[in-house]
Amino acid sequence: MRKEKPAEIKVKHFSTHKVITQPNPLRKVLRRVDERDLDDPVARAEQALAGLSGEFRDWMLIEADRLSAAHAAILEKGFTEKASEELFRAAHDIKGDAATFGYPSAAAAAESLCRIIEHAPDLDKVPAELIRHHINAIQAIVRDHTRLDSVKVAGELSRKLRGVADEYLLHVNRDRPEHLEAIMAPSIVPAE
Amino acid sequence: MFRIDFNKLRFLVCDDNPHMRRILRTLLHSFGAREVYEAEDGASALEMYTHYVPDIVITDWAMPIFDGLELAQMIRQPESKGNPFAPIIMLTGHSEKRRVTVARDAGVTEFLAKPISAKGLYQRILNVVASPRPFIKTKTYFGPDRRRNTNNAYIGPERRSGGEVEVLQQPSLLDKARSSG
Repeated sequence: MRKEKPAEIKVKHFSTHKVITQPNPLRKVLRRVDERDLDDPVARAEQALAGLSGEFRDWMLIEADRLSAAHAAILEKGFTEKASEELFRAAHDIKGDAATFGYPSAAAAAESLCRIIEHAPDLDKVPAELIRHHINAIQAIVRDHTRLDSVKVAGELSRKLRGVADEYLLHVNRDRPEHLEAIMAPSIVPAE
Repeated sequence: MFRIDFNKLRFLVCDDNPHMRRILRTLLHSFGAREVYEAEDGASALEMYTHYVPDIVITDWAMPIFDGLELAQMIRQPESKGNPFAPIIMLTGHSEKRRVTVARDAGVTEFLAKPISAKGLYQRILNVVASPRPFIKTKTYFGPDRRRNTNNAYIGPERRSGGEVEVLQQPSLLDKARSSG
């Protein structure tokens, strides 16, 4: 399946680089509409996303169980490369997806766990209960999501976990400036 | 006012998480897209990229076999099959600022940190359609101009050797349309 080749690419040469300009092949998809046009693709998409929300809890349960399974493998085999990678991936996916699914505190707890996995100099020396608390917190947040008082509790829980995790990471990385810089750098995700 | 005819665009979505692929598919279809191809790892993404020649690639960072960063680097090989100029939007759960720099240096066009929103995705797509940046080729880089703006107040060293650089700016289609009334 081939598309037409872009027409007339212009190249300007400099001593250390080239600047390459091609006519924008995507310009044909832009069209002018009347200011009174009521079509709102973003609103339509948000509505469609809301329509999916009935499935979000099941998806979160799957993700949380995947995380617990990865942790169980760690407990059985230790921090092998494969087991560590799977634990990180499971936590990373929750970190990225949970807020979209309506579980921002689970995302925050998963982010804290990701930071431990990324920045601990030796995962075998990370206190086992620190990791276990993160796993248990995420499970609790996901399973208890529907209770009215659970939102506030979940938020406090993930904040406390992050505080303890950061304290640990700052201590064990005191001689590793690159990791300290990464640990203390602000997140690029906009605050709620 | 401008709208995008999404039904004329071909997308390639690359993410190993099926739930996120479902979310992206839902959003793109709601925008009006009809051709949305999906890959669950870097290798199949590259294969689909050369076969379907998508207009826009939306990729996660962390994927098995090879990740979104490596995918971007392979797409940007000037000698590669397929279109090395295709816009690449990286959508990722990585939230550290240094990641943005790493992705930029791999040739990624737009970076979007999760959680995903319809507005955020739409805006990134609008950026790549209406305001494309020229490409820069150096010994170590090929990709969109990493300088989004020209800063007249900048007083640091000129890192592009050869004196003053003339960057061929393409006025964005929105600016062109506004100036023509």
